[in-house]
Amino acid sequence: MDEEAPNRAWHEIVRDVLKRHKVSLVTYVPDNVLRPLIEAVHADPFFTAFSCAREEEAVGIVSGAWMGGTRGIVLMQTSGFATLPNAIASLAVPFQIPVLMMVSERGTLGEFNIGQSLVARTMRPVLDALAVEHHTMTRLDEVEFIIDRSITQAVATQAPCVFILSPLLTGGKVFAK
Amino acid sequence: MTFATNHPVSRDQAKVMNRFDITKRMVARLKHDEAVIGGIGYTNFDLWAAGRRPQNFYMLGSMGLAAPIALGVALAQPQRKVIALEGDGSILMQLGSLATIAGRQQKNLAVVIMDNGTYQITGGQATATEQGADIVAIARGAGISQSAWAADEAAFEELIDVTLREDGPWLIGCRIDKEKPADTTERDPPRIRDQFMRGLGVK
Repeated sequence: MDEEAPNRAWHEIVRDVLKRHKVSLVTYVPDNVLRPLIEAVHADPFFTAFSCAREEEAVGIVSGAWMGGTRGIVLMQTSGFATLPNAIASLAVPFQIPVLMMVSERGTLGEFNIGQSLVARTMRPVLDALAVEHHTMTRLDEVEFIIDRSITQAVATQAPCVFILSPLLTGGKVFAK
Repeated sequence: MTFATNHPVSRDQAKVMNRFDITKRMVARLKHDEAVIGGIGYTNFDLWAAGRRPQNFYMLGSMGLAAPIALGVALAQPQRKVIALEGDGSILMQLGSLATIAGRQQKNLAVVIMDNGTYQITGGQATATEQGADIVAIARGAGISQSAWAADEAAFEELIDVTLREDGPWLIGCRIDKEKPADTTERDPPRIRDQFMRGLGVK
C-alpha cells in the first residue's frame, strides 16, 4: 500500500485492493454512489465488468467464476441486497463459496425515499441471521484495511463477505427536489 | 443461420422426449471434460443419474441460477465448453440472465432447457410455457440468436454436437414428458463444490 498514491478516493482504494487480491470479475446492478467505482473497473483492462439484470444473477455468475478459478465481487445497492437472501442461503453459504459483495447503503442518513429506508433495515438482520461476515465502512482510513483483511479471510474460510459503503464514507445520495 | 436449419420453429412442433434419456444422450457426447451445471429439481436428479462426472455441478436451491453459474464458469475457463441444464420453471424466474448471456456473447456456453410445462417437483402445476410462452423465442428475442427447439432425439444430439464444436452462445429447447427422475442427487453441497473444482482443475 506504500507505493500507491496518497489521498486516493474510496473507489480508488477499492479498485486497488481488488486488483492486489486478483479479484478480476465485477458483476453489478448499477447505483449512483457506486458509479465512480463502476467507471474505474470498466476503465481498467485488468477487470471484466458488466451489469446484470438482477443481483441474484450477479451472485450466480461470481459463484461459477470462483469454482472455475476466478475471483469476483458483486456491486449493488441496499434494495438489491434485499433480493439476495435465498441465493446467499442456498448457494454461497452451503457450498462454501467466498462471494464478495459490496453494498451502497441507501435508506439512512438523509434518505428521501421511504421504500429505501424500510428495506435498508432488513439488510443487517438478514446478514446476521445467516451469520455472514459484514463490515460497514464509514471512514477513508479504514477502507483498505477492512477490504484487504476481509478478502483474505473470505478466501481462507471459504465464506461470503459483505462490504457496506456508509454515506459517511461516500456522501451517499443527496436529497434533490 | 445453419444452427436452426431442420429444427422446428415453435414449441408445439417439437417432439416430447424423455428427460433421463436425452440427458444420457448428452452426457455420452461429452468427451472433453465439458462442465455441466444442473439446475434444481428433476433436471439435476437426472444429470446425477446419468453418471458421476467430476465436471458436473448440482445446485441445491437458488432456483434459476444454473445459467448464471454456467456463465461464471465459462468466463473463468474460456477454453472449456460449459452447459447449463435448466427447467422451464427455473429459467422463467431468471429470463434476464438470457439477455446478460447474449450481451456477453459467451462463445463457450450453451443453455439446455428441459421443458415439460410444469413445476413437476411441487405437484405438476402448469408453468407459463404450457400457456404459450416459448423459451426459444424468448432467448432469440433476448439476443441469443443461435436458439432452437430439438425436433427429436437425433436432432438433439446433432444440436449438442454443434454447440460443442462451434462458437456460442447457444440455447437448445427440449420438450420432455412428465416421467419421474431416475435417481435423487446426494445433497452434500461442500462435497459437490469440491469435486467440481477438482474436476475443473482448480484444486
